[in-house]
Amino acid sequence: MLTVRNLVVSGGKGASRVDIVSDVSFEIERRKVLGLVGESGSGKSITSLAVMGLLPHPQLWVRGGSIELDGADITEEPPYLRVERGHGGVSMIFQEPMTSLNPVVPIGDQIVEAVRVHDGSTGITARNRAQELLEMVRIPDARLQLTAYPHELSGGMRQRVMIAIALACRPQVLIADEPTTALDVTVQMQVLSLIRELCDTFDMGVLFITHDLGVVSELADSVSVMYGGKIVENGPVERLFNVPLHPYTSGLMNCVPDPSAGHRRFQTIPGQAPKPGEITKGCRFAPRCRHAQAVCTTDTPAKVVDGPLHSAQCHFPIARGAS
Amino acid sequence: MSRMETILSLKNLQKTFTARRKGKTYKIHAVNDISLDVRRGETLGIVGETGCGKTTVGRTIIRLTTADSGVAELNGNDIFTSDRQQMRKLRLKVRMVFQDPYASLNPRRTIGDSVGETGDIHGVFDSRRDREERIARTLEQVGLDASFANRFPHQLSGGQRQRVGIARALLPTPDLIIADEPVSALDVSIQAQVLNLLADLKDEMGLTMVFISHDLGVVAQISDRVAVMYMGNMVELADGPGLFANPQHPYTQLLIASVPLINPNKRVSGGIEKGEPPSRFADVSGCAFHDRCPLATDLCRTTRPELRKNGIGRKVACHHA
Repeated sequence: MLTVRNLVVSGGKGASRVDIVSDVSFEIERRKVLGLVGESGSGKSITSLAVMGLLPHPQLWVRGGSIELDGADITEEPPYLRVERGHGGVSMIFQEPMTSLNPVVPIGDQIVEAVRVHDGSTGITARNRAQELLEMVRIPDARLQLTAYPHELSGGMRQRVMIAIALACRPQVLIADEPTTALDVTVQMQVLSLIRELCDTFDMGVLFITHDLGVVSELADSVSVMYGGKIVENGPVERLFNVPLHPYTSGLMNCVPDPSAGHRRFQTIPGQAPKPGEITKGCRFAPRCRHAQAVCTTDTPAKVVDGPLHSAQCHFPIARGAS
Repeated sequence: MSRMETILSLKNLQKTFTARRKGKTYKIHAVNDISLDVRRGETLGIVGETGCGKTTVGRTIIRLTTADSGVAELNGNDIFTSDRQQMRKLRLKVRMVFQDPYASLNPRRTIGDSVGETGDIHGVFDSRRDREERIARTLEQVGLDASFANRFPHQLSGGQRQRVGIARALLPTPDLIIADEPVSALDVSIQAQVLNLLADLKDEMGLTMVFISHDLGVVAQISDRVAVMYMGNMVELADGPGLFANPQHPYTQLLIASVPLINPNKRVSGGIEKGEPPSRFADVSGCAFHDRCPLATDLCRTTRPELRKNGIGRKVACHHA
């Protein structure tokens, strides 16, 4: 449905040009959740902004590759033209709902605004649709809450309102950029559960961006792991977590605290992530990798596969069964 | 130095904030009758969700927030009744590490000056040389090169800045460190490095620590004992492994079940609606958790449960666990 091919996002001019996102490809299917995982600065949010056509122009621009929605190329299409041309089927929610909502406008009016733009309906019809959307995101007393201001709602409820606004366009694809990071764990579970449910009711695909491997493991059907602006490994969730190929994926998995494990020393990944443009040759993970050899710093790793869906970019993928 | 020696003792700690909303005054019970002992050499974890009062507990210990009532004793000395002079000494003995290492470092001072500042104020250095040496040694303790002393915060990564935050707390060789969400702002791979550092410091220096966090995985990994807080109340207190293997309070159970795990067999499904914590402005009677609790009865709605030992010897504040 949504296909991203060899996407390159760059910033800077002339000699100071750097690629923030290089050669990123993925597909999002109906009723499926793709998890895009990475640490700060890995390029995951920039990728999603590129898909939305929201890159801060002219600092960042798409230098190569294509973004297609149902076969139509939307790479260069600015957001305001997308709705007109019937390509308004991608919506997005962000990490902190309070900064996305207008604090001085009741939430009902904010949902109606989105409904008007995408449905063309007005007045009581739009109002009813807004109430219906609030009910779909399971906000209790939806009718009364239409007049509530964002500050009167809890963080979890605000994120539900954001989701309601995103659903107003009946999206084919919902991009969720760290939507539960600011929420408490018990509330996070509820929002994840809601997203899973809406995926089916709206027959839509979800691109779920997060740094939290646990969240991805519980929610996503397939996973792409980003590091230094590239996708280093992707595959179906159970395959990727059971048999990680890339040392970065397995290193990241070992860093995640598990409450049932009790006291244990973490296996850490030494050093820190590269800045954009810092590493241009070889594998970008090489300086931090335990398995790195000379070739890793000079040659770009080729793709290694484990079955038809699971692949990684690595010279020395972790052997099956090894840590 | 016995293993069980109590270093910090909190008794019936109480803190109420007042807030005005729409012309009405509300009392918010941030900390409600908390009693707790911290033993020498242990790491005590305090875990809970936003607004449960865990930070307020930490801050009242060194009087960054004044408690309404209750007693806090450090090595038998009453903290809340200490005068200015005594507080000065006490603040060398109890040190804090904060969440955001960027906000807690002065951007215009070198790392060395930030780390040495406490020492300067309290006159603990014998000479300039002694100062430099001690700053260098402390930086090395937290895994930073001594040359970092001449750098500024903006030249450091988040993980390095948090190491500086820890170095600053360590410099006067404190009895107790209160770490409030020290790794929440860091990426997982960096977070793991800092947690290992804290574990090493504990082993090498016998550091005693109160570790405040919302992240159960992190708390489980680092703590010897864990206190779980909900809406200002302590609902369960247990040794770490026991708590996570066999949670007794229904809230602890919900909390542990909500942690997303890397386990492709555990999947989130639709239809999870367990409610949210009630508004802090609401006056909740009885057990604060009763409206989300599957075990709640009339007793829970009227009577606040005390923290007491249950059938298996666990300290739980619940009528039914």
